[in-house]
Amino acid sequence: MFTALANPHRFMAFSRFAAPVLGVLGAFLTALGLQMGAAAPPDYQQGETVRIMFVHVPAAWTAMLAYACLGGASFFSLIFRHSLADAAAKAAAPLGAAFTLMALVTGSLWGRTMWGTWWVWDARLTSVLVLFLLFIGYIALRASIDDEAKAARAGAILALVGLINLPIIKFSVDWWNTLHQGESIFRAGGPTLAAVYLAPLALAGAGYSALFGALWLVRTRAEVWRRRATSHAIRAALS
Amino acid sequence: MSLLAAFAGKYAAFIWPAYGFCALLFAWMIGDTLVRARYWRGQSRRWDDPDGADT
Repeated sequence: MFTALANPHRFMAFSRFAAPVLGVLGAFLTALGLQMGAAAPPDYQQGETVRIMFVHVPAAWTAMLAYACLGGASFFSLIFRHSLADAAAKAAAPLGAAFTLMALVTGSLWGRTMWGTWWVWDARLTSVLVLFLLFIGYIALRASIDDEAKAARAGAILALVGLINLPIIKFSVDWWNTLHQGESIFRAGGPTLAAVYLAPLALAGAGYSALFGALWLVRTRAEVWRRRATSHAIRAALS
Repeated sequence: MSLLAAFAGKYAAFIWPAYGFCALLFAWMIGDTLVRARYWRGQSRRWDDPDGADT
């Protein structure tokens, strides 16, 4: 599949149909998940604030997914010098930054009600803040270098180094004593979360991921068009 | 429980902004992505064949 989609013409043909399908699927799953979340009973400890979880947790999952995509695309861009992989990496960064910001802000709103504070320098919160800074740093680094090939290489190295932060985020609640609650879904022995909350979370998580996929494809297409137009313009200016 | 009742408790001042902020970010992501794609597709088509095939 990767080999087939590495061809820009095949990618453009595939993404033209895949993006709207993923977009509609993502909107439907997200709406369904949030509707089920709104209808779920209040948590015995968190009360109504449990509803913030249905927008916060999927945002955090999707932020990590976006960084994994950025890292994967950067690997192919750096090793194989593939232009489409670089376009995909560049397209993933702003979306990843937005999902990470969403997770940070909604988490802060939840923390204010449950912990009594907007922010603590807890391992999970800090590592997610580092994720946000990695996205912003990637965008800033690329924007600061005029030469596209050099910008791609520098960005890819930063993105690959930053991949180390993903397991740190995932295991931060196990490795350190954190105010953030421990893993309750992706854990050995299965989820400890009640089904009435797990189902809306899973649906919203799948919806957010599909929406990210749709937007990523469209942004990658836009980047391919930008490069095509820029290269035509430079050729025309030189002739 | 209706959707509105679920968001009308004593923590509504935190729940509504959380959902509102997410909606705002989604609106930005979708809007910026579509505007960007539309602009560069147009720029690219100026150089491509006249019938405007986008592959």
